[in-house]
Amino acid sequence: MNGYLLSLSGGMLIGLSAVILMLANGRVAGISGIAGRLLQGLQSGVGAAFIIGLVFGPIVYRALSGSWPAVTVETGTPLLVVAGLLVGFGSRMGSGCTSGHGVVGLARLSPRSIAAVLTFLSTAVLTVFLMGILA
Amino acid sequence: MRNPVVLRIAAALVSGLVFGLGLSLSGMLDPSRVRGFLDVAGAWDPSLAFVLGGAVAVAALGNLVAQRMAKPVLDAQFHLPPRHPIDGRLLAGSAIFGIGWGIGGLCPGPALASLSLGLPATVWFVLAMAAGMIGHDRFAGPKT
Repeated sequence: MNGYLLSLSGGMLIGLSAVILMLANGRVAGISGIAGRLLQGLQSGVGAAFIIGLVFGPIVYRALSGSWPAVTVETGTPLLVVAGLLVGFGSRMGSGCTSGHGVVGLARLSPRSIAAVLTFLSTAVLTVFLMGILA
Repeated sequence: MRNPVVLRIAAALVSGLVFGLGLSLSGMLDPSRVRGFLDVAGAWDPSLAFVLGGAVAVAALGNLVAQRMAKPVLDAQFHLPPRHPIDGRLLAGSAIFGIGWGIGGLCPGPALASLSLGLPATVWFVLAMAAGMIGHDRFAGPKT
């Protein structure tokens, strides 16, 4: 399969994951929300189960396909730590990230999520652009 | 003898697993490809737009089903976040999140899923992300 078809199929699986959680538990599959509540000690059973499943996803992928998915980190570790702090802080302050706002929120046509996605896509594109100029 | 808590935990495990499998298949797990997708002014790789497109399309179908249900299968009610208002916290938080996403090419889902590969760089990212989440929720959460 070519890259576009793999991306589309993978995306549809992500959508299916969100549908399972919504129809079964009535909850949004938003990773920053699940992880944040888990770190606060809330909904620990279901939250931990979701995160454990998430971490096992690439392992199942390797068992089925025979190879690990590509993970190429081009950002140096000190800068990556800054990125992690911003991602953690910002996703909690903005009540969501690429999954909660990006997938579930857009699917619900939530005005808050549409505003959030437009905002974080804009600052992410601008950040990559500025880092390209500075490099 | 159906215990709804156990079934909810099982559903969450399956959902997380399918999410992680989808991320692996889609290419979204790869920070360099994510940054290529965000590099609109440079060597733009638009393929990851199909991840979001496929995910939103399937989730929207599920949403149509959910709207016809009085309650989810394993719980007494749906737990849905508010659709309004578009306030300063939403916009500022999303802007900060986007800057971090652009720097590293990692957002929370792929960062957590890639822990299974045991790469030191993504482990550092996840530790910093957890610190950022705890820092926000302890010191900068909404005043109530």
